[in-house]
Formats: sequence, structure tokens, C-alpha cells
Amino acid sequence: MTTTRRDFLTAAAATAGAAMTPDVSQAHQHEHEHQAVPSDPALRVKSLESLLVEKGLVDRAALDTLVDAYEHKIGPRNGARVVARAWSDSGYKQRLLSDADAAIAEMGYGGLQGEHMVVVENSVRVHNLVVCTLCSCYPWPVLGLPPVWYKSAPYRSRSVIDPRGVLREFGLELPEDVEVRLWDSTAELRYLVLPERPAGTEGMSEEALAELVTRDAMVGVAKVSVSKVGTVR
Amino acid sequence: MNGIHDMGGMHGMGPIVEEKNEPVFHHEWERRIFAMNRAMGAWGKWNLDASRHSRELIPPAEYLRMSYYERWVAGLAELIVQGGLTTRAEIESGVPVAGSVKAAPVLTVEKAVALVAKGVPASRNVPVTARFNVGQRVRARNINPTGHTRLPRYARGKVGTVYLDHGIYVFPDTNAHFLGEKPQHVYSVRFAARELWGDQAAPQDSVYVDMWDDYLEPA
Repeated sequence: MTTTRRDFLTAAAATAGAAMTPDVSQAHQHEHEHQAVPSDPALRVKSLESLLVEKGLVDRAALDTLVDAYEHKIGPRNGARVVARAWSDSGYKQRLLSDADAAIAEMGYGGLQGEHMVVVENSVRVHNLVVCTLCSCYPWPVLGLPPVWYKSAPYRSRSVIDPRGVLREFGLELPEDVEVRLWDSTAELRYLVLPERPAGTEGMSEEALAELVTRDAMVGVAKVSVSKVGTVR
Repeated sequence: MNGIHDMGGMHGMGPIVEEKNEPVFHHEWERRIFAMNRAMGAWGKWNLDASRHSRELIPPAEYLRMSYYERWVAGLAELIVQGGLTTRAEIESGVPVAGSVKAAPVLTVEKAVALVAKGVPASRNVPVTARFNVGQRVRARNINPTGHTRLPRYARGKVGTVYLDHGIYVFPDTNAHFLGEKPQHVYSVRFAARELWGDQAAPQDSVYVDMWDDYLEPA
């Protein structure tokens, strides 16, 4: 591209990020978010929104609608209900694995960044793990927006070359003979892992099962365990 | 382009930091830039592939230094200028140039609700013949385009097997540059982890990469 474009991006970057921090430190940055003086990206985005509203290019109420959808309505509880249904109903599970879009739509979910879904099943023998090495592709209708770690350079770079090491970092040590399948979301297909149903959950209701299913298990960086009740990971 | 965004297989990026009970957004400005990206996309001046490419064009050192949504700020600023929706001067000043006519927003509340619920399918219902069959051995082409591509460097030149034919989708390498959708088959191609990474990988492990027809050749 042109020198102008590069200069502009540099300027935009400098203005956007005087307080630039690597992905990995966002968790720590979060602790300081209630500071009195807004950081530079805050000022820049405020100025941009005011410009776009003033020019009649965006409707603030529509922006609020989008934020509300992903902050309050769409999240990993949707995926957890899909998983619990698959665990409870073998017919549903077959439909989910053969035509994920239709099966997920049966539960009332679908839409932006989940237009083309694939569900992959974990078992005693096979462990699936999902990444987007090129950007941040993630199945929004069933998992919501991705967490910072999923979008971060450490996960994107390493999961594909050392999935077992990455899983160990998440506290999951896989037996040597398990087959690891890493799914890189390079196209418009979005992947959801159907975790193994944990032992000791026989006879549990679908609602109770859904409570056990975590976001991390549906990305493939964790297993579902009965002791995880009540966590939101 | 062989940019920093194509980071599959790199070392040295540090530990993975998982935040307990992480909020969806960490700052108010992240909420706003997330929503503005979608609302401005509704003007139809660019597409998803072009918006990904706008972030790939951020110089590597800055890309790594920026947080995720800071990249969105830089990317959106570039897209709206390139798309003729604002000028650079307007972005810097935060106010419209004198005499500019006020538009009516394309993304209304109703359209926002529909966008979330229906999405924007990238599949195309057009007759295109698949050049490869499920089960066929294929090689990812060794290409190094300077523009947008979704063929990661780690897979180029490697041999795998077609595992699934996902159907027909818009081709990002042309679409990102407004050179047409060039719809074609996308396959899930299974690469043995050892084909990609050598003996350090476990013999039974594999990496599945979604590949457009144009990325592949018979092996």
C-alpha cells in the first residue's frame, strides 16, 4: 500500500494506543480501568463516535442494541444448552454432528459469526481444540465474543504447533495415546467442541447438565467435570 | 500477505493468560468500537475480508503492541476513509467538515437485531465444480501473495488429505480487494502434525485447516 496509508496507520496507532499494552497484560490493565483520566483509546473512540453520529452515519440506539446483545444475551450458556441437549438426546446429537446449523437453530440459536457451524466430538480417544491463528474467528451465537486469551498472540501462535503444551498450561494433561485434532478457523466455518459427558452425571436433567458445561470445554482447552459447578469459565 | 497476523507456529509470544470471570468488554470504548465496526459495515463500502485486511496492514511492531480492540480502532479509521465516509481531517478533529450533508444511519435498531439474528452468510448458492474429492491427497500451494489471504504460512507446500467439502464460499483473496467474490469450494484439509512440524509432534495428532479450492493442488 501507499506511504500515506502506512503513515496514517502509524498515526492512528500512536493516537489509539499511548497506553498500548500487549494482549497478555489486559487482565492486569483491567484492574486500573476506573482511573479518573480516560486512556487515549477512550478519547479517540469517543471522538470517532461523536463524529459518526454527527454525520448521521451511525445510530447510537443501534450501537447500544449490538452491545447489549453480546454483553447480556448471547454467550456460552447457549452453547452449554446445545451440549446438554446432545448429551441427553442421541437423535439430537446425530443431527448436531451431521448438520450443526440446523441442530443449533432447533435450539433457537444462530446468526452473526455462526452462519456456518461445525461441531466436533471429544471422546476417550480423540481431543479436539479450536483456534484462529490468523485473527479471532469464534462461534458467537453459541459462545458469545471470544475471551482475550483466545485472541492473544500466545494462544494463536502456539496452539497449532504445541497443542499438548497449551492444554497443559490450561491444566489439562492428555494421555499420550489420545489423538489431538486442532481446528484452525481459517475460513467462515465456526467450530464448537462437543465435550465428553463426565462420569457420575447419569440421570441428571438437561438443565443440570448445562450448568456443568464451560466455555473452555467448548473451545477444547478443558474437560467438563462435575466439580466445576458454579464457575463461569 | 506474510504479516505478523499469520502467527501459527511462532515461538516467544509468552504465556497464555486466562482472566477469571472475564467481562465481555473491559472498557466502555471497547463496547463502542465493537458496535461501530458493525454499524459502519452496514454502509456496504467494504466486506468482512477487507476489514480483516485493514487490521493485517497495521505495521507488525504496532500490531503486537496494540490490544485487540485498539487494532479495531486503527482498522475502522482506515476503512471509513478508504470508503469515502469520512476524511482523515474529520477523524482527527472529531467534527464534520463545514457544509457536509447529514446522512441517515443505515443500521437502525431493527436492522441491528436482524444482523445479530441472521448474520451475513459467506456461502454462495452457485454451481461451481469441486476440483478435489473427500479422501484425496492434496498439497497446499506455496504462494506468497502480498495482499489478503487465508492460507497460513505454516501449511504452504505441505501435503494433507481432504476431510470434508464444506460447500461453496466467497474467496477472500479477491473479495478483500474488491476484485470479485470468485465463489469456490472450501475444504477441511487434514494435515498430520508431523507433516507440519516434524518429529517433535505426536504421530497421531493432526491439524485441520479450511482451504479454498485455489489454495490446493493435487499431491
